[in-house]
Amino acid sequence: MLLDPSPSPSPSPTSLDATLILAEHESGSIKPQTVSTVVAANSLGENSSISLLLAGSGSSLQEAAAQAASCHPSVSEVLVADSDKFEYPLAEPWAKLVEFVRQQGDYSHILASSSSFGKNILPRVAALLDVSPITDVVKILESNQFIRPIYAGNALSTVRYTGGGPCMLTIRSTSFPVTPITVDSESRKATISQIDLSNFKEGSFTFLLCIPILNFSFFFKKLSFPFPIADSASKSRYVGCSTQDTERPDLGSARVVITGGRALKSVENFKMIEKLAEKLGGAVGATRAAVDAGYVPNDLQVGQTGKIVAPELYMAFGVSGAIQHLAGIKDSKVIVAVNKDADAPIFQVADYGLVGDLFEVIPELLEKLPEKK
Amino acid sequence: MKILVAVKRVVDYAVKIRVKPDKTGVDTQNVKMSMNPFCEIALEEALRIKEAGFAKEVVAVSIGPSQCVDTLRTGLAMGADRGIHVETSSSFLPLTIAKILKSIAEVENPELIFLGKQAIDDDCNQTGQMVAALLGWPQATFASKVVLDKEKHVATVDREVDGGLETLCVDLPAVITTDLRLNQPRYASLPNIMKAKSKPIKKMTVQDLKVDIKSDIEILEVTEPPKRKSGVMVSSVDELIEKLRNEAHVV
Repeated sequence: MLLDPSPSPSPSPTSLDATLILAEHESGSIKPQTVSTVVAANSLGENSSISLLLAGSGSSLQEAAAQAASCHPSVSEVLVADSDKFEYPLAEPWAKLVEFVRQQGDYSHILASSSSFGKNILPRVAALLDVSPITDVVKILESNQFIRPIYAGNALSTVRYTGGGPCMLTIRSTSFPVTPITVDSESRKATISQIDLSNFKEGSFTFLLCIPILNFSFFFKKLSFPFPIADSASKSRYVGCSTQDTERPDLGSARVVITGGRALKSVENFKMIEKLAEKLGGAVGATRAAVDAGYVPNDLQVGQTGKIVAPELYMAFGVSGAIQHLAGIKDSKVIVAVNKDADAPIFQVADYGLVGDLFEVIPELLEKLPEKK
Repeated sequence: MKILVAVKRVVDYAVKIRVKPDKTGVDTQNVKMSMNPFCEIALEEALRIKEAGFAKEVVAVSIGPSQCVDTLRTGLAMGADRGIHVETSSSFLPLTIAKILKSIAEVENPELIFLGKQAIDDDCNQTGQMVAALLGWPQATFASKVVLDKEKHVATVDREVDGGLETLCVDLPAVITTDLRLNQPRYASLPNIMKAKSKPIKKMTVQDLKVDIKSDIEILEVTEPPKRKSGVMVSSVDELIEKLRNEAHVV
């Protein structure tokens, strides 16, 4: 069944409770932050229908779409935009895409995670839709009332969205933890639905909509492009990237985070932090000072301008505890601080503090901590 | 070419802020204010581009109350050529700020607009992306390196993204928002502070620019974050491990 992509409003869901989520994926699977965003969307309303929008190209996109369909029981729809234009997540074509998808379905909410992906794209979409977005939502009170931190997390602001357009949010993923979903009929459903649907590729310049699979609540839509992406879209080109491949868990979602500051003094010494992280099965973080000094790459920075973490155990070695750093760790369950300076501000937020030389404490910890599997 | 830099006056980054008892906001009376750190970096980058001979003029813009002139003077003392102050008594959402910047850009015709990646007061991280959208220009956010090619009329930008660094190439005109590691902003020297006093600052109002003011977000209340329970100091590694194992159950 073909739908004319002309301005006529789509006959689809009620305008009240439809959420569109900008999904982030990498090498065939969607990112955990996107699943957290689904968890957040789920608390917007009981009858809310949730659509995930994936863009990219080729087989890894299709794999990711399949996985997206089963990532959470409340996802009702996966929209896939497969085009070379989306090979890399550039803001210009992505923003046009969301604007376009929004013309087809009347979404009450448009969400993305507060990752560099979401923060790059969502405000651009919001401006195209003439809507004020809300950054870094940590709590959803009602479908139009949210709490977000301001001033590096030193104050919480409760806001109400009063505009007419869709309510647009970026979600702080650490505030919406993903609870593991048991393998039941739900997850099986998704696995089945993706296989055939990825074959539907015909019909350029049209919409292939709603291929109902009996008994399954998932639809796949294959979007192609009846609109010119030219304009600002081609004015930006992807050149390359340098990523650090690590075996360690992702900093944003790790259960344990071990952080080092300037006091580590060198790249070599920082290896002690890495060893300890390995021993505890945790991720490595760093302060701005440690990153600026070149001990570790910038994507390990924790704080207001780096990553926000909320692990079960956060251990800080040689970290003074500047406002900007504390902004990134305050929601950790247990904070341990080891510092030579008994007056370091980090001790004010630490559950367990130890005044001592980290060059003695870390080796002792390495020796005495129980081995993790 | 001309570069436009947007600078915001915010509570100084080192100040420990206080939430007002009536929960209407954060106390900004008698608090040290300064230029948002990311805006300093944005301005510094524009100045370096000018010093490298790629730009003729750097224009600093600030939107807000009359005291924003101080922020602009700081920018002029760093080396900006002139300032534009859009005076308002109310504070605007990033979307309105973006619209104001767009109308200024339409008059000034810059080839580059630099902004900080976020302001440290509202922590929004939106304005740059919105200006780019409204102008239909490409954007390069979270920049940690900017290389201009004058002949090809493009900027190659390294961006700090979650997994590491990403490199983009954008056609000019473009909007670039700056991350911490782009540069180390300079201090204004005393002679330059004196010189800045005679540099022009053009006053404008929102009415002059015919911008429609969007206020679709209402702040209901501002509160203090929950306090953490006070912790304990331990005296040895053994005690620490014992507590983590038997009290906190995390190892």
